[in-house]
Amino acid sequence: MISLLSKIGGRTIDSVWRIGSIMRFFMLVLANSGTSFSRFGLVRREIFFSGVMSLIIILVSGLFIGMVLGLQGFETLQKYGAEETMGVLVALSLLREMGPVVTALLFASRAGSAITAEIGLMKATEQLKAMDMMAVNPIARVVAPRLWAGIISMPLLAALFSAMGIFGGYLIAVLMVGIDSGVFWSNMEAAVSFRYDVLNGFVKSVVFGVAVSVIATFEGYDCTPTAEGVSAATTRTVVSSALTVLLLDLILTAFMLRGL
Amino acid sequence: MDRKTIDLWVGIFVLLGLLALGLLAFKVGNLGGEREAKLYRVEARFDNIGGLKLKAPVKSAGVLVGRVKGIHFDNIKFQAVVDLELYERYEFPKDSSASILTSGLLGEVYIGLEPGGDDKKLVTGDRIKLAQSAVVLERLIGQFMLGKASEAPAASSVTK
Repeated sequence: MISLLSKIGGRTIDSVWRIGSIMRFFMLVLANSGTSFSRFGLVRREIFFSGVMSLIIILVSGLFIGMVLGLQGFETLQKYGAEETMGVLVALSLLREMGPVVTALLFASRAGSAITAEIGLMKATEQLKAMDMMAVNPIARVVAPRLWAGIISMPLLAALFSAMGIFGGYLIAVLMVGIDSGVFWSNMEAAVSFRYDVLNGFVKSVVFGVAVSVIATFEGYDCTPTAEGVSAATTRTVVSSALTVLLLDLILTAFMLRGL
Repeated sequence: MDRKTIDLWVGIFVLLGLLALGLLAFKVGNLGGEREAKLYRVEARFDNIGGLKLKAPVKSAGVLVGRVKGIHFDNIKFQAVVDLELYERYEFPKDSSASILTSGLLGEVYIGLEPGGDDKKLVTGDRIKLAQSAVVLERLIGQFMLGKASEAPAASSVTK
């Protein structure tokens, strides 16, 4: 009984420590972000590897998810004779939830894991230490550009995902089900508000971008510098990014729906 | 991968992303779709506003002429006070009437403006005097049932 209690206590203290170190790491990276902007080429390179290289998976899954939403929505809306509002259903679920969340999950597994593995391997092969020896700050040179690239890429990827999904829903609605394309768009325009749907979705995607990038870079920088350490850190990146994104989504949605 | 290719692809990516954002904002979110600079504000009092919500459309002859700006409760007269913002290019006679309507059985609730015959026009601060409350479906069904119940014995006595 006592040992169980102390186990729980130990776990709690460890996780609070971890959250604390992640926040301190985030602050440290922010404080060392100057180089990323004075030498923007560094960030641009990372945008290429985490943003551009994720384009295909984001666009294709956006299209598929939009089409699935269209098909499933039609199935249910048809019962109420409201299949004309299919555009509203597809657009709102993509803009508010699916776009930011699914993009963040895909981004964490496509780009986040790569960032962790890269930084982790740099640490394992003592490249980071070598940089430090040459008076090059590894946080400013290696970590900060990757963090900022993630923060910049995520909202753009989420917007592309949503746009692609709406296009997929359009394909199903107009070509397969036979809803009039004018009705599809006008219903959507009437129901979707810029402030409450598009802007809130954008805010979500920025927050998720920060969360995923911070976790990915932290896990890489913090990993045990061995082969197993890097592999464990990569796994942790994907798992804790997914959990963090979903938890943050719950909190943000609760605030946004109450109109804050 | 050399520097030029990376720059080109990042450029394409950022442009595509911004384009998607713009598409979502303007085409889907209808930003700037109905930006009306000039508005005037009138109020109407209803006994019951039913399911009327903020930003609900105000329509006359089916055309959007304004939006509901505010809804509050008058604690002296026990009525709902609804602020309407109407577009300045549409003018209505002072004795116009407002009623709360629903488009379809499950559709959105909106305010219908029926123009009157007065020469004077509505201006900011005016009150629409003729205001018809929302039809509450439960009450309507209740009345219908009550009517049926009271006429049922009479009908049966006729057949005898």
